[in-house]
Amino acid sequence: MITNTPNAPRPSKPRMGLPRRSGPITQSPYFVYVLVAPLFLILLAYVVYPLFQTFVQSIQVEDQFSLTNYARFFSLEHTSNLEALWTSIYISVLSVITCAIVGVAMAFLLERYEFPGRKVLAVLVLVPMALPPLVGVLSFTFLYGESGIIPRALKELLHLEQVPFYLKGIWGVLVVHTFTMYTYFYMTASSAIRGLDPSLEEAAASLGAGRLYIWRRVILPMLTPALVASSLLVFMIAMASYTAPLIFGIERTMTMQIYLSRTNGNLDMAAAQSTILSVVSIVFLLVMRWYQGLRNYQNMSKGISVHRTEVKSAVGKYVAMILSIIGVIILLLPIFVLVLISLSTNGTWTTQVLPPEYTFEHYIKLFTDSKTWRPIANSFQMSFVATIGNVIFGVAAAYAMVRLKFKGKTLLDVLIMLPWALPGTVVAVNLIAAFSEPNVFSFNQVLIGSFWILPLAYFVRHLPLVFRSTSATLVQMDASVEEAARNLGASWWYSFRRVVFPMALSGILAGTLLAFVQGIGEFVSSILLFTAKSTPLSVEIFQRMYSFEFGTACAYGVLQITLIIIVLFVSRKITGDNTAI
Amino acid sequence: MIEVALDHVSKQFGNVKGVTDVNIRIQPGEFFTFLGPSGCGKTTTLRMIAGFYFPSEGRIVFGDQDVTTLPPNKRNTGMVFQNYALFPHMTVFENVAFGLQVRKVPKSEMIERAHRALKQVHLDGYGSRRIDQLSGGQQQRVALARALVIEPKILLLDEPLSNLDAKLREETRIEIKRLQLDLGITTIYVTHDQAEAMAMSDRIMVMQGGVVQQIGSPEEIYNRPVNRFVASFIGESNLWEGTVERIEDGEAIIRIAPDLRLRGLTANASADCSLEAGKKVSLSIRPESIREAGGEETGDNIVTGSVVISEFTGVSVNYVSQVADQQLKAMFVNQGHRVRGRGEAISLFIPKESIYFLG
Repeated sequence: MITNTPNAPRPSKPRMGLPRRSGPITQSPYFVYVLVAPLFLILLAYVVYPLFQTFVQSIQVEDQFSLTNYARFFSLEHTSNLEALWTSIYISVLSVITCAIVGVAMAFLLERYEFPGRKVLAVLVLVPMALPPLVGVLSFTFLYGESGIIPRALKELLHLEQVPFYLKGIWGVLVVHTFTMYTYFYMTASSAIRGLDPSLEEAAASLGAGRLYIWRRVILPMLTPALVASSLLVFMIAMASYTAPLIFGIERTMTMQIYLSRTNGNLDMAAAQSTILSVVSIVFLLVMRWYQGLRNYQNMSKGISVHRTEVKSAVGKYVAMILSIIGVIILLLPIFVLVLISLSTNGTWTTQVLPPEYTFEHYIKLFTDSKTWRPIANSFQMSFVATIGNVIFGVAAAYAMVRLKFKGKTLLDVLIMLPWALPGTVVAVNLIAAFSEPNVFSFNQVLIGSFWILPLAYFVRHLPLVFRSTSATLVQMDASVEEAARNLGASWWYSFRRVVFPMALSGILAGTLLAFVQGIGEFVSSILLFTAKSTPLSVEIFQRMYSFEFGTACAYGVLQITLIIIVLFVSRKITGDNTAI
Repeated sequence: MIEVALDHVSKQFGNVKGVTDVNIRIQPGEFFTFLGPSGCGKTTTLRMIAGFYFPSEGRIVFGDQDVTTLPPNKRNTGMVFQNYALFPHMTVFENVAFGLQVRKVPKSEMIERAHRALKQVHLDGYGSRRIDQLSGGQQQRVALARALVIEPKILLLDEPLSNLDAKLREETRIEIKRLQLDLGITTIYVTHDQAEAMAMSDRIMVMQGGVVQQIGSPEEIYNRPVNRFVASFIGESNLWEGTVERIEDGEAIIRIAPDLRLRGLTANASADCSLEAGKKVSLSIRPESIREAGGEETGDNIVTGSVVISEFTGVSVNYVSQVADQQLKAMFVNQGHRVRGRGEAISLFIPKESIYFLG
């Protein structure tokens, strides 16, 4: 209480009259397990149980325990499976190498040098992120495929009999992988370079180290964690890649084998292949977690301003300018070509270099014709449902991970990241294994063939997105801010509502938008799970392509890209502005 | 005003001991400080009082209410955090009004009280500012207003000055003390800065390694430290080792080196020190109690040495001198005398009242 000095506010009413809601249960050290139990339950039901069901299916042949499927997988007589595993691995390794070269080189160029065209290039370098996998692969086949614009144009120009080159097979897959995945290297490398305190280099130089020595002993070791992390990431994504092998007709990759086994009705073989691919992915996930925990050279210095070296010589300037222009063209061509073809009349483009007839009709139809509008509406609807689930689960899980203390935290973290490590094909196979028959987790419904299976697949696949972005903002937020609210008398719920949630809102929103837009474009598990009644956008694009309605397919693609660009822009704005903590 | 009692409180984190057996009774209206180096358990103790940790053993009592396991939002304490913990998404006014909103104080009263609190900390007119538009000192005062506006029974301050620069720290220190005296609120203050603790506190609890070393007024702690840790942590001190040669007339003669003996009062000894002939003993001598040996001081307790380091700070002249095989720090108030340089001989007088014996 306070004495009646003239300055002091007088007590107006007794302060102890606050409602006492929390009973003895909430103060038990075990109460936290009541709070986190639903999170574990959801992960058990929709991640662990489906994974387990697939495994069970793989070791049962005609209701008997049998390892035949695994024996056949590793058999040296019918080597198609081993070949697929080998092909997947070497495509992935090559992808890591090419992505690393392109990504790191771009990062150094853009972070450390000043040259004409740098600013434009720095913006456009992230364009591949706006390409959904399926749409990206399609634009590459339109551009560089056997009947693609560039090879045909070269043939015309040089008066050749045959097209001089075109993308096919493994090379095609590799080029597409490099184009779409180098951004992972670029982003981690450029943030690592930006984080490199120039005073470290200056310190090394003042101690007598030469330029090369500094590179070898200071810069490269500092970048190693970023490079290793992105290598693991790209390897995993390349292993999971499905669209590129599908379009370029490489049947011998793991994901394609699973798809083929399923379409041939060989369900338990598909389950075995799936299980093997899961094991590979899980091992990689664990290695990645272990590695990230192992070393972290984050630079704590603030207010670093990296000095960019200016390219001064006239020759250098011209070379830089020409290279920048080529870079910009390569980066923008896939999007231009999609826009171009989206404006071409369906069925008119056959052997010409460029489509001969143009129309705006596809865009109008997209929103007016109920047949073309339907898949858009379906995808929005299904992704919306999935995203609501992602937000509730993601925010709760992020709060639990960052703020609560309980045993099994690492397990929760691994389980949440698991669906992200699992290839979409595997997620689909798992869900089929688990929900072809009614069970407790599906509320006694058969989910396969119903509307609900795709929202569930999207929910599972994008589980980590909201979780990650939310926990990233929560980690930055000092725990004492929440304690201050509690100290001022706020109940847990009140301080969550008024303090934690508003402060984490930028992260929650960014993750939510990303999950939503990814759900709209999801192709890999959709193609295995969709029902004719609720065909999603991505599957519709695929089907239109195969019925040669290129214009409509590309119009869908342009719509998706527009959505992604809006989302990337918005989330950059909201997360960028809210750094005043 | 309310009394705060910690009744044999201990806190363990897994196998790690946080604090052990803290047993204190803080008087109503008292300014009480937990002082110690980082990791000594002072913040842990404060957080148990605020309710962010519950003790593993013992009880915490506010007045006649046992609050040992009461959640923090039911305790009605006002806390100022080291990093202020202001809500970055709210304005200054909204920050201050937060605790009143939680208590569902009627709007007109809320506005009036929040404004009065801002005025108390000289921030009237800043209500609509955003937190990131304030300087560090202003943020600190918002945090103080936010804690005081709810009229807490106890004010808890967790190193509130450590993020301010030296000049501002002194101003804010006086400001906090003034508010505390005006409001008469029981205040618990955590700091590792002994000068700050000495200047502000009614009583200080010195902690180390989770264990309470000494509780007492600043004067007691400075002049009669209970052990070597307290003697060296509070202020500066020369800690010498010696052997008791003999005891006579309430005075002990200590041999430091073969030809260096000091005479001290046996009454000036900590509880754990037994002064018997032939025993080893530690001596604490404050640098400012040493005088330059001139004409009048002769005989006992005069030592001669040579200057090793000489510092002129303006207020004082500080010497480190080599005396026998020991180093002796001495501090003289600057009165315009000539400053001795390195290597010069110096003759120093250590008054026998200023020697304090430790176990």
